[in-house]
Amino acid sequence: MRLTVDGQSFDIDADPEMPLLWALRDLMGKTGPKFGCGIAACGACTVHVDGRPVRSCSLPVGEVTGVVTTIESIGRGGKLHPVQQAWLEEQVAQCGYCQAGQIMSAVALLDEIADPSDADIDNAMGGNLCRCGTYPKIRAAIKRAVVLKTAGI
Amino acid sequence: MASVGRIARRTFLIGAAAIGGGVAVGYYYYRKPYPNPLEGDLAADEVTFNPYVKIGADNTITIVAPRAEMGQGISTTLAAMVAEELDVGLDRIKVEHGPASHAYYNATILEEGGPFAFFDESMTAQAMRAGMGVVGKLLAIQATGGSTSTRDAFLKMRQAGAAARQMLVAAAAQRLGIAAAELETANGRVLHKASGKSVTYGAVAAAAAAMASPADIRLKDKADWKLLGKPQKRIDMLAKVTGAPIFGIDVTLPDMLYGTVKMSPRFWAKPVKADLSKAEKMPGVIRIVPIETNYGHGFGIVAENTWAAFKAAEAIDAEWADPEYPLDSAAISDVLKQALGTKGSEMRDDGDVDTAFADAPRERIVEADYAVPYLAHATMEPMNATARLKDGVLDIWCGNQAPTLVRQLCANAVGIEQDKVSVHTTSMGGGFGRRVEVDYALCAALMAKETAGRPIKVIWTREEDMRHDAYRPASVGRFQARLGDDGMPVAVDMKIASPSMIASTLRRLFPSISPLGPDKSIVDGAHNQPYTIPNYRVTGIAAPVSIPVGSWRSVGSSINGFFHEGFLDEIAVAGKTDPVELRKKLMAAYPAAVKVVEKVAEMAKWGEALPAGKARGMAFTLSFGSWVGEVVQVADTPAGFLIEKVWIAADVGIALDPGIIEAQLISAAIYGLSAAMAQEITFADGLVEQSNFHDYDAMRIFQCPVFEVAILENFHKMGGVGEVGTPPAAPALANAIFALTGKRIRTLPLSKEVTFA
Repeated sequence: MRLTVDGQSFDIDADPEMPLLWALRDLMGKTGPKFGCGIAACGACTVHVDGRPVRSCSLPVGEVTGVVTTIESIGRGGKLHPVQQAWLEEQVAQCGYCQAGQIMSAVALLDEIADPSDADIDNAMGGNLCRCGTYPKIRAAIKRAVVLKTAGI
Repeated sequence: MASVGRIARRTFLIGAAAIGGGVAVGYYYYRKPYPNPLEGDLAADEVTFNPYVKIGADNTITIVAPRAEMGQGISTTLAAMVAEELDVGLDRIKVEHGPASHAYYNATILEEGGPFAFFDESMTAQAMRAGMGVVGKLLAIQATGGSTSTRDAFLKMRQAGAAARQMLVAAAAQRLGIAAAELETANGRVLHKASGKSVTYGAVAAAAAAMASPADIRLKDKADWKLLGKPQKRIDMLAKVTGAPIFGIDVTLPDMLYGTVKMSPRFWAKPVKADLSKAEKMPGVIRIVPIETNYGHGFGIVAENTWAAFKAAEAIDAEWADPEYPLDSAAISDVLKQALGTKGSEMRDDGDVDTAFADAPRERIVEADYAVPYLAHATMEPMNATARLKDGVLDIWCGNQAPTLVRQLCANAVGIEQDKVSVHTTSMGGGFGRRVEVDYALCAALMAKETAGRPIKVIWTREEDMRHDAYRPASVGRFQARLGDDGMPVAVDMKIASPSMIASTLRRLFPSISPLGPDKSIVDGAHNQPYTIPNYRVTGIAAPVSIPVGSWRSVGSSINGFFHEGFLDEIAVAGKTDPVELRKKLMAAYPAAVKVVEKVAEMAKWGEALPAGKARGMAFTLSFGSWVGEVVQVADTPAGFLIEKVWIAADVGIALDPGIIEAQLISAAIYGLSAAMAQEITFADGLVEQSNFHDYDAMRIFQCPVFEVAILENFHKMGGVGEVGTPPAAPALANAIFALTGKRIRTLPLSKEVTFA
């Protein structure tokens, strides 16, 4: 089957039941999205399909019809995405394992709501678990990303 | 506190392990340095000065930070220690974890492994610390844990940087023909201000490395620090915001196979019957192999991709033998409670507790029973390892907290010598004590025997990870206090029963060493707190339940912080004393502790009236050498209780990176609050009942309070950082819920009794 991931076309031979996550990681070499739970309960595997955030661990690859974007292609022209830049400036990550998923959820949030309230953040980010407890910095980084995006950075 | 006589009568478990390592080899071997493990693996035109510093002719400066990066920021702080003395910025250096080597032994873990409280500076305590440090060197275990990394490294890694710098200056002096005393260093160069001449470190590195190590190593004064004591940008941050392949699970090798394991869901039990035929025939499955390790029995699935392996594991139809431990949580709890009635080890016995209680009037007695459940670590990255066994050489790639143990035990499992094993330690998607274990590496190593030299990446499902942990032990405590006329406690008697974490760890890692003597982790956080009560007894009892238990962030203090500080709150209420005032009075002999409690109370405006439906609780725990007070504010909302705000004051002695320390304190508090709110591992039919984040969840962003943190440096010894925020979190929360509702909850998790928003 044929998939477009991070702007590149892949031809893969996979069981259509295989979750998108494992197709990305094992068959396409995209290790950015992480495996955390396999049941869409932690968000570590979050990628975008046609710009919408999905839990790739629970989406059969055979059902993917849109364009897939992972953490590996959100930066443009050698620059970090404003959300990544904000994460860097706020020094968000500790172990870092959940952060690819957190960032992908935050990017989708800001694409939908340019200046989210705390309640919007809770709502969009509640499915992304972080065992290191980086939530206060995640919230601060989302707010910083709003400023960076507005400034066109 | 324990006296000399008592020490002599007991052999501490840590001592038992130490004797296994052979203390008898003597002082000479203690003084003799381990060989530099970097010697054998240098790039062209690269030289090494000591196990921590490599410099290339092109002035590439590499610092080895040989501790596990689990998110605690240790690679940044360790690198900063060397860079500070070497006079280079963190942006000028490369940082590597380095190889598994005894040269990177951790002496501090054992130094604080004795029965003494951190503040006990008696001759006996100091002698035992020094002795344990020697043992640490002889055992030479390279390990990350016990919040010891910065303390263990503080002298030796600064010295490594300073020694290299002095050698570079000496070589530059020869090259430039200028006296060393006239030269300065900055940003990877040696310079002579007067003449404007300078050379890069790289240009003189080869000559410098050939020199003898200086006998007199001069360290900077604290006042001259440029990096240490100030928040640094973490060296791993860019990789972590770009999804870079830095974790064990991301390891990708040419010709690699994939796999998973299905181990007995009953610990130690063997398969009675197993039908592999259906699983073996599934597409993508290459073969299924039996696995036997000291951790248990089961099967490894070798496949073409992870998904095929997961599906095949599910399709294995196996029946497992009966467990050797009680079948369910109720029966386990009974064993723990029965143990409370048996004789234990008194790890603190001040005054005469029996006499103090003998004539106590009923109304002056406070009594309470406490209990906490087993807990899983639930690191975000499920256990995994990649192994390749080719031409008699084993390579293992994995996150781990003890590379020399991984090397030793994998060599034994595969049947080769240790020098044929290379351990490549990756970043970890969380550790919290889980990666002190080596089960994930053993499984991968054994499966690599079956792949004809092809590497195999073995990833556990979340369910396998949740059900095969070395859990935080369940524990029960019985507490009694006698109050005086002024409401202050004159006697306390604390009995705590729990399975022994050290005995359990020895069974898995060193089954030939039999555990001797008491396990102080059973009472850690209860017997060594800076309170003065005239009659003060703390007894620990090892309960015979063989479910695997191990180190879970803050270990015994995660249990006893809750017990001790919950009970102290009960004493305050019964004696009509304010909980903050009670603590300040009891800890008056320890000014550092008083200052922490005063600080956190001041930050939280303790004592000021709150609106209806809100209340606060406080707790204090000294653990891993740091003194930590926390205040938690809860609000009753229509959706349930909400933790609104948490204040933390922590005295860490010397704060090497305030930014990272603050992040760790918040992280550890959230880890403790997550467990206190809703986590428990329970058993039915000998099996763990929880399996994934739907039934073993942790705090989410919408539950996360606002934090305010103060870092103090009053005490004269450096404390640990990674774990110390956890112990006071649960009791401060439970005490706040009591303040709000009048309901005293003595059994965790709190969700059994109340609902959280």
